[in-house]
Amino acid sequence: MKHLLSIADLSGSDIHGLLELTDHMAEISQRLIPKVPALRGKNVVSLFFEDSTRTRTSFDTAAKRLSADTMNFAVSSSSVNKGESLRDTIETISAMGVDAFVVRHKSSGAPQMITRWTTASVVNAGDGWHQHPTQALLDCYTIRTNLNRRDGFDGLHIAVVGDIKHSRVARSDVQAFAALGAHVTLVAPPTLLPPSLEGWPVDVSYDLDSVLPDLDVLYLLRVQRERMDDALLPSLREYSSMYGLTAARAARLSPQALVMHPGPMNRGVEMVVDPAELAGSVILDQVTNGVAVRMAVLFHLLGSGADLKGDAP
Amino acid sequence: MPATTGPREVLSADDIRRALTRIAHEIVERNHGTEGLVLVGLQRGGVWIATELAGFLAGIEQAVPVGSLDVSFHRDDVGLRPIVPGHVTSIPVSLDGRTVVLVDDVLYTGRTVRAALEALNEYGRPHAVQLAVIIDRGHRQLPIRPDYVGKNLPTAGDEDVQVSPDGVVIA
Repeated sequence: MKHLLSIADLSGSDIHGLLELTDHMAEISQRLIPKVPALRGKNVVSLFFEDSTRTRTSFDTAAKRLSADTMNFAVSSSSVNKGESLRDTIETISAMGVDAFVVRHKSSGAPQMITRWTTASVVNAGDGWHQHPTQALLDCYTIRTNLNRRDGFDGLHIAVVGDIKHSRVARSDVQAFAALGAHVTLVAPPTLLPPSLEGWPVDVSYDLDSVLPDLDVLYLLRVQRERMDDALLPSLREYSSMYGLTAARAARLSPQALVMHPGPMNRGVEMVVDPAELAGSVILDQVTNGVAVRMAVLFHLLGSGADLKGDAP
Repeated sequence: MPATTGPREVLSADDIRRALTRIAHEIVERNHGTEGLVLVGLQRGGVWIATELAGFLAGIEQAVPVGSLDVSFHRDDVGLRPIVPGHVTSIPVSLDGRTVVLVDDVLYTGRTVRAALEALNEYGRPHAVQLAVIIDRGHRQLPIRPDYVGKNLPTAGDEDVQVSPDGVVIA
């Protein structure tokens, strides 16, 4: 595998292989000195054209734990402000000797375009509404470890709640959960669902309360406040009363159910109850696992030399 | 050159047991007991041997902790060998000040042991590191020697030495 652009490029067994590799990386992170020389001499460049704190620092930490050299390309202080095109930026940095680009961009498909202009590996760290594959992998890893589902998600019921339409996390997660065998239900007001769900391996519900008791995992998406301007939501308060996780709703979850959120959280909107008081909250585990999963991805692309079974061309 | 063709047994299961019994006594003698010792089996071939050895040690002196070490990410040929899933490192105690006995099935080029020595540093600073192997087959490429050997076995470079609880076979 050369690039990681979309979960759609991965089979169930590819995902499984990356999660098994993540076990090794999670162990490294627990060592007294959590650093191994596996990617010594490799150069990983983060190119974030969109704001991010956790994804960027997570990739940075992952690369450093594998002893890769890292370079952060700060778009705000770069020649992009002088009108340099994306292509010229990529070709210029590539000429310095780069092994992997970690790219976030507001336009769907930008990472795919970048693969044409460089011989380096490209990791998609979020592109528009399209994909955020490492988020999906870390979510799968979190479910796998917390529910002890090493062999797959057969029989698990996962609800993804919120702004599905504009969410690259939802698109990536749904594909990954389904590839591992889970039953996925999307819960959202009709205005926040994509116009067509053809090809999505999901059920749809407009009523969170009716699906709550049956869930193994409740996955809350961030409500993007800018959507309020698009008049897709009448008010945040109404969203919260219909789809927010309140103490009353949390009490109706099964005691073993996990509550997940990709962050950053809107407290009082989708997350009304304090997650620190939720027994099933694994939101900080997601962050911790993010580093291990990104180590596995970088190692797989740059260091392993071995193809996962059923590797995509 | 061996006259026979096909796999040839050089140690039986009983021979391995006897060798490990002897090595256990050598470890106790050399270290004046088992206090402060920890056995670390190298993934994958050394792990069962470390467990067996710990059993013999427990029969002689105080039992010692056993761990396992995956050196994949420290190898100088990382990338040439696939990472084997499910064989994750597990070091149950801090290694600071302890004497670590690394355990592996076959000592060959010495590169695995070099990687293991480097990996151990991430778990603390051991007082000393010793090496126990069932087979020393020669062909060292690094200045590394074993402290405890089940059997010295001169081999040709193209031969394959396989160690299992059922015995040692050259193929």
